[in-house]
Amino acid sequence: MRSFSYRRATDASAAVEALSAAAASNSPFTEAESLPLAGGTTLIDLMKLDVMRPKTLVDINPLAAQWSAIDLSGDHLRLGAMARMSDVAENADVQRHYPVIVQALKLAASQQIRNMATLGGNVMQRTRCSYFRDVSYDACNKRNPGSGCAAMQGFNRAHAVLGTSDQCIATYPGDFAQALIALNANVEITGRSGTRNLPFDQLHKQPGRSPQVETTLVPGELISGFLIQGRWPRSVYLKARDRQSYEFALASAAVALDVQDGFVRDARVALGGVATVPWRAREVEILLKDQKFDDTLAHRVAEAAFATAVPRKHNAFKIELGQRVVARALHQAATMEV
Amino acid sequence: MDDKTRASGNRPVSISGFDRRRFMAGAAGTAAVLPLTARAAGPITGGIPTAQDPSLPAHVTLRVNGENRSLDIDARTTVLDALREHMGLTGSKKGCDHGQCGACTVLIEGRRVLSCLTLALVAEGQDITTIEGLAQDGRLHPMQQAFIDQDAFQCGYCTPGQIMSAVACVNEGHTGNDDDIREYMSGNICRCAAYPNIVAAVKQAAADIKKG
Repeated sequence: MRSFSYRRATDASAAVEALSAAAASNSPFTEAESLPLAGGTTLIDLMKLDVMRPKTLVDINPLAAQWSAIDLSGDHLRLGAMARMSDVAENADVQRHYPVIVQALKLAASQQIRNMATLGGNVMQRTRCSYFRDVSYDACNKRNPGSGCAAMQGFNRAHAVLGTSDQCIATYPGDFAQALIALNANVEITGRSGTRNLPFDQLHKQPGRSPQVETTLVPGELISGFLIQGRWPRSVYLKARDRQSYEFALASAAVALDVQDGFVRDARVALGGVATVPWRAREVEILLKDQKFDDTLAHRVAEAAFATAVPRKHNAFKIELGQRVVARALHQAATMEV
Repeated sequence: MDDKTRASGNRPVSISGFDRRRFMAGAAGTAAVLPLTARAAGPITGGIPTAQDPSLPAHVTLRVNGENRSLDIDARTTVLDALREHMGLTGSKKGCDHGQCGACTVLIEGRRVLSCLTLALVAEGQDITTIEGLAQDGRLHPMQQAFIDQDAFQCGYCTPGQIMSAVACVNEGHTGNDDDIREYMSGNICRCAAYPNIVAAVKQAAADIKKG
């Protein structure tokens, strides 16, 4: 690991101040002068691999005192960004009204990592693309913009089929982000000029021509919380992977439904493990709306979710796998007791 | 462990009075502390955080197994390296050093975490419990005893991490059934595949701890 200067921020304004100082040099992200350190489960790992090379780490763990509340009041759920994954998964309100959140958190990582990782850090985790993580490959447009993409002709079994470009096919690896999309969450962002809210599905950017830019956050901004309107007891997270536990998704689906008298009044569907960003399957949502739910419908809309998929040599299986995961998640959500 | 120590019952004891672990730990600790003499440039806490000079050691106090330990360390030092290389506490093991195997699991403020991905500076002032801190008054912790009783290891390298993780697993209440235990112990990899015995040990200890 390269040496860095450690600073501990005792409150949000100190953290934002420290992170804003080196703002100009923060692209690409891997060369950021200054980075916030929360749970460290992604960042310290990538620093050991020499992928991330910050000159300064700003320890924001003291911000947990202000930013880790889990607050359900009326029909509004607010999750503080410094809440640890395990604490949210064990929260009785979240368990009762938002099963998709609890399942997405519990099916991710291990209990040790869930005890460390914050919600804000979780949605900012970096791709597991083996060519991104291995600096002995020069060709990685995320690490070295313009250098090419070793995954295109390489081992791309785990790579994305949705939201790809000719520059990058790296998969977004997380689970919780899909739950946030299925619940139409907003993300609250704190920066120098105060806080701003953004629909969560606008936080991540598809690779396009600049895969090194992964989010719409600007340097000096921190995620401070997540806001969810309404209660969604009829919601499910389903994850297919190589191992039964402690493994990233090959394909996953987060589904939240409002079903009245057998008809779908509202549907939100997000896909994981198959796309470059936490993926909102809007075509599925539109096809489900006001329809009488049955499994034939579920299979039909699941196919539509992958209409724009672009498979590579080793990952074409993700299309059929993903369709089946979506159909099964819809079935589970529609038929669950609430 | 050889037949003589196994035969002695609950506690493995050294027959010769010179055991390998104490020798290795002592040698490692001595070598590592020699070059560290300088102090950090200034305080690392405060309203507006001041930068610490990365070329100088940083001063940190860690509370390990109830004892305060003051160290001068490189800012890059993880809790795992601080324990093993600076304090001679080599019970916590370095497996992958990337948060994938669980061999380095310790408790911080009572919660199981990966010491290989936790910077020592971040853990300043927090209670750290390692495998060396489990036994009380010369008696093994019920989880340590259960691992012996159920033969829950072969080579033993993952065992300290398994035991620390399992202690937390019981405290969290995630031992309701075998599936629960397997799921909540999945962050600890055993290359010898002693998993069925580990599940049995966790069940035994959970029952023992409940009985008190």
